Amino acid sequence: MSLKLGVPSKGRLMDKTVEWFARHGIALGRSGSDREYAGYVKGIDGVELVLLSAGEIPRELAAGRIHLGVTGTDLIREKLGQWEQQVEELAPLGFGQADLVIAVPHAWVDVNTLDDLDAAAAAFRLRHGFRLRIATKYHRLVREFLREAGVADYQLVDSQGATEGTIKNETAEAIADITSSGDTLRANHLKILEDGLILKSQATLCRARAAVLADDERATLADLRARLEID
Amino acid sequence: MPERAATLAEAARLRGLFEAAGAQPVETSVLQPAEVLLDLYGEDIRARAYVTSDALRGEQMLRPDFTVPVVQMHMEHGAEPARYTYSGEVFRRQEEDARRPNEYVQVGFEIFERDAPEASDAEVFSMFFNILHPLRLRAATGDTGILMAAVDGLRTTDRRKAALRRHIWRPRRFRALVERFSGRAPVPETRAALLSARDPMAGAWPLIGLRGEDEIIRRINALREDAQTAPISETEVDLLDAILAVRETSPNALERLRDIAVDMAAIQGAVDRLARRLEALDRHGIDIAALDFEASYGRTQMEYYDGFVFGFHAENRPDLPPVATGGRYDALTRQLGQGREIPAVGGVIRPGLVLDLGGVS
Repeated sequence: MSLKLGVPSKGRLMDKTVEWFARHGIALGRSGSDREYAGYVKGIDGVELVLLSAGEIPRELAAGRIHLGVTGTDLIREKLGQWEQQVEELAPLGFGQADLVIAVPHAWVDVNTLDDLDAAAAAFRLRHGFRLRIATKYHRLVREFLREAGVADYQLVDSQGATEGTIKNETAEAIADITSSGDTLRANHLKILEDGLILKSQATLCRARAAVLADDERATLADLRARLEID
Repeated sequence: MPERAATLAEAARLRGLFEAAGAQPVETSVLQPAEVLLDLYGEDIRARAYVTSDALRGEQMLRPDFTVPVVQMHMEHGAEPARYTYSGEVFRRQEEDARRPNEYVQVGFEIFERDAPEASDAEVFSMFFNILHPLRLRAATGDTGILMAAVDGLRTTDRRKAALRRHIWRPRRFRALVERFSGRAPVPETRAALLSARDPMAGAWPLIGLRGEDEIIRRINALREDAQTAPISETEVDLLDAILAVRETSPNALERLRDIAVDMAAIQGAVDRLARRLEALDRHGIDIAALDFEASYGRTQMEYYDGFVFGFHAENRPDLPPVATGGRYDALTRQLGQGREIPAVGGVIRPGLVLDLGGVS
């Protein structure tokens, strides 16, 4: 059988992944038309390409339905409990860098640290009768981070896109989101808390610990690791 | 894990013991309105409880414990005094340790009683102690009320006391606040710049969102006032540390706390309560000379307890959670009582763990 490699099915993440493998002499591509989700792998035998939405790759790895997958470390840590036991990170790919950060309105001159955020949240709850809302799609990571830091009197509200806009729309008071340059945050009048960095993420090649390997697949994996210069 | 039928039979047997002691059996729904629990525990409860929803009732939680619904039931139509017992499943998300069950049976016993709270504390504890005696567990006790009294008695502003009280159950943030209020931790640069600015709002970015300029200015004023406040004295910080470090057998702990109370009169009332509780435990036949007391016991896991706390641990099985836990939760009845309150104390046993350890009957 062949080794299944899960790769994001579209966008910049897919293009960069293809480039990265090409640099190691392995060509990945879509077979047939652009709309088709079947792919080919050239330059190494016994590897099958599986095109998936980047968000589904952690789950597919955890289930062992793919042996290898390219996805962001942010998604691995958000979607998998005890991720270290489910996947092994083989190689950071050097693109898709993004920081998961907590940001608040720039106009909040009194809030620069988590300590400030906690105090502001307490006062906010007294004043408005509900807990300060933080919009995010990274519920687990943010909750764990804030619990570690001892921040109370906040609530997470789900935001799957355009998270920076939630504050202006008054559906949240703060956000926890991915940023690469900070430009979008600034354009939306937001600033990052000094100690508000939750996670530095980048696209990473991961191996599923649960996926069972036959002897030939194990040999393919060793071959691939050598080609990709992974120790 | 023992079989489910055996666990349920053991639960029924334990509940029978509480009924024989005068407790009225009660039932609660498995689905609980999420809002009440979120209000009490904050966002953290989402990491521990299963949340579900429908379009009519909104978010519901699978019962993570019985205490909240039993308190609600009592506050609505309970007679006083009251003793309740219950048994049934509770549900806890387990995302860190797959070996821990996400559904298990609890049997509980709760007392709602205005008079002689220490007698009720002792009654609950000795019920649990006697039931679990054959398992030779380590009984741990503590009293969150002593630390709370110490905070209330600090010679500092009400605002600082409120901030500390809010974080009693979060030791790290509590410590950070003590460091800051006592002047041990340096003022962050951004804070210093903010405090020295003549007009902190000058040149600020456009204001967006619900948190208004008045709220920002109020906080800046509070920070300025706080910067003018004398630090909490070294002596008082040392006394707080001394309280948190108390970890001895009960009579020695009581003596130690009495010594501390000489320098910190504010805890005298709470220490007297501990003394009365030990006397009551002694009357119940508990060997208090061998009973451990730890002032910070339960501070991280037992957030609604605000007085006596206890737990029973299998020392040779560190992989198991406590077999039984409990404590006093007067403030919880105040929060759920909509203006009414009643002193309350209680605890739960996990019959599945009792059987795991060989059973008690």
